[in-house]
Amino acid sequence: MSEIELDARHLLCPLPVIRTQDKIASLESGDTIIVTCTDPGTLNDIPAWCRIHGHEMLEHRTEGRELSFRILVHK
Amino acid sequence: MNEQRKAVSLISGGLDSMLATKVILDQGIHVEGINFFTGFCVEGHTHAIRAKARKKEKRNNALWVAEQLGIKLHIVDVIDEYKDVVFNPKHGYGQNLNPCLDCKVFMVNKAVAWAEMVENDFDFIITGEVIGQRPMSQRKDTMPVIARESGADDRLLRPLCAKNLPPTLPELEGWVDRDQLFDFHGRNRKPQIALAKSFGFEEYSQPAGGCCFLTDKAYSGKLADLWQSRGERSYELDDIMLLKIGRHLRPKPHYKVIVSREEGENHYLQGYQKCYPTIRTISHGGPITLVDGNPTPEDLEFAARITARYSQGRDSDEVTLTITLPGDEEPEEVTVKPIPPSEIPANWHV
Ligand code: SF4
Repeated sequence: MSEIELDARHLLCPLPVIRTQDKIASLESGDTIIVTCTDPGTLNDIPAWCRIHGHEMLEHRTEGRELSFRILVHK
Repeated sequence: MNEQRKAVSLISGGLDSMLATKVILDQGIHVEGINFFTGFCVEGHTHAIRAKARKKEKRNNALWVAEQLGIKLHIVDVIDEYKDVVFNPKHGYGQNLNPCLDCKVFMVNKAVAWAEMVENDFDFIITGEVIGQRPMSQRKDTMPVIARESGADDRLLRPLCAKNLPPTLPELEGWVDRDQLFDFHGRNRKPQIALAKSFGFEEYSQPAGGCCFLTDKAYSGKLADLWQSRGERSYELDDIMLLKIGRHLRPKPHYKVIVSREEGENHYLQGYQKCYPTIRTISHGGPITLVDGNPTPEDLEFAARITARYSQGRDSDEVTLTITLPGDEEPEEVTVKPIPPSEIPANWHV
């Protein structure tokens, strides 16, 4: 089980979602990924993408203009 | 037991693809959605950039639709491959630089490729197309062109107008019941709205012009200007994103200024300061300007005068600004007289 980080800062939606999706495709069930974004649209889109694909949002943080999401992969 | 059949649905985020998907889901087919990001999509970006729109709730409609329908959605980055569609559309452009027919062929073809991947193994493709709804891509004579040129052939099913078209493989094989499909046609939206109501869909998006910026006259004008100034049809993602925001003025063929209009755009343009000469107003409140092209030092000073004209110092004799070149640590400070509006010819506005 591994934890990886994904830098999706300065990308506008839907690119952060696409990058998250593509990264998760190469992960295993039980892995976690931390995605950092700056587009406030990700606040809706990343959790929505996780819900429809059955991944679990463990934590979400906002620091200044940066948003980060910690996601547990379920496959 | 019958094999579970699987369809991949092109989800744009609008009502028609939502309805088409629901119709097929209700026939017991396993459906997953696919959405293509070309860089020109209306979704998201401008909302994310402009401060006013930030206050409204933003969402990606394709994701939202997928969630309402309870299906998976795969978003595919086709930015690079899509360029060829924009540069050389075999079937030409629509009213603006929208290559709708080639675009549809491209997307259905991509969906076919995705469906055929071993790990996916989907049986057919569905779209929300309706005959006669769009002047270029959704006509009775262009529907077969899309099916043929995309390679989908009879595996392309349009549930909303299937009864106006020859039966497709899923119908012939009995995977779906043709009697429960529809015969919608033309621009009248009432049948779709009634169907939405029967499904209990209360909220949905109905984009007016089309699904992307290429149908927008002003946007297409800016893209054409970009190509003309470069002497070739080319673009990078940053170029086409920047065309969506700010005021664009071209005082001379070899450079263009992009002036932010509000705070959200300021923030966004700031992200580009490593790539473009950037001008900021410091003596007054004002916009951020990027200069695209090959400006000389005199051009940059002129761009500073334009920037000053859009600052709060527009009526002052002097406005101080900084000009930062890519790679420069220290910005250069300049004090200029704002250019009077009467000296900005209308044809500078791209
Ligand atoms: S409006 Fe844009 S995305 Fe939609 S079919 Fe035409 S070119 Fe393609």
